[in-house]
Amino acid sequence: MTWTLIIVLSLGAYALKAAGLVGVGVRDFPAPVRNVIALVPAAVLSALIVKDTFTNGHDLQIDARAVGVAVACLAVWRKVPLWLVIVLSCAVTGTVRAIS
Amino acid sequence: MGRAKPSSKATDDWSGIIGPALGLGFAVFAFGLSFGVMCIDAGGSVPKAMAMSLFVFTGASQFSAVSVVAAGGSAISAVAGALILASRNAVYGVAVAPSLAGSLPYRLFASQFTIDETTGMTLAQDTPTRSRRAYWVTAASIYLFWNLATFIGAVAGSNIDTEKYGLDVAFAAAFVGMLAPLVRSRRARRVAAAGAVVCIAATPFVPIGAGIIGAALVALVGLRPGTERAAPVSKGGPA
Repeated sequence: MTWTLIIVLSLGAYALKAAGLVGVGVRDFPAPVRNVIALVPAAVLSALIVKDTFTNGHDLQIDARAVGVAVACLAVWRKVPLWLVIVLSCAVTGTVRAIS
Repeated sequence: MGRAKPSSKATDDWSGIIGPALGLGFAVFAFGLSFGVMCIDAGGSVPKAMAMSLFVFTGASQFSAVSVVAAGGSAISAVAGALILASRNAVYGVAVAPSLAGSLPYRLFASQFTIDETTGMTLAQDTPTRSRRAYWVTAASIYLFWNLATFIGAVAGSNIDTEKYGLDVAFAAAFVGMLAPLVRSRRARRVAAAGAVVCIAATPFVPIGAGIIGAALVALVGLRPGTERAAPVSKGGPA
């Protein structure tokens, strides 16, 4: 977590926001580009979920995290408020770790 | 995260703006707390966590960068993954631009707050005045709560054993919540599933964090015309 990383990320994130609001403004992206950009979060978020759940560095492993994230999926599906989803998921993971 | 219901009467009042904006602020509070704690856990400091929330100010990208760094990935993987995720804010910028007409400095300032929640709230309103108000009230609420929560999380984070309390799944749980509204279409569900498979398959062989970038490439299937729209940017968006 270096300052360089934080500065580059800050500038990059701002540039993307301003590119849309100030750069493109009331014009529009072509539909295929819009489709790709709209699909990116789904691909990236699910990749981040499996990375945080099943990987440890380069290794794949199944441990208490899998139980916690399964609970999160269930809670989201049951429309539990998001802050509670996080609390439940963490609590279950911690508990499974403590008793296993 | 949540979406406001548009008011049934097209009048320039404040109803349905302040309440939902505060609700969204409360919702991001838990995310902000986890972010602060995990940022410290990944070797950050309170000033670094605060700089991320004040200046990067787009939650999923902040989570993503910290998550890659925490896993031992390179700074390049962390930044690339986070910026790919932030690219949707460019689309949001286009979507809210008509509601935020004004001078160049005004629009440059407004740009910093173009994120999921402000866009959703802005597009849910039925008059231009209400859209502009919704943008700024939501921006203020989220910015305030997000940064306050980051600060509290980061300060507390130094004293918390994250594994003991299962906080290492906080990001994954938050990502599940963020993903759910994005996978309403069949195409988006397939892309999400393929992204997960690519990431898992790549993990043993590529630099840590690079699997995320590989997964993002799956979204290129959006170039092929589909019979249904991809994951909507937002309800009532400028499709």
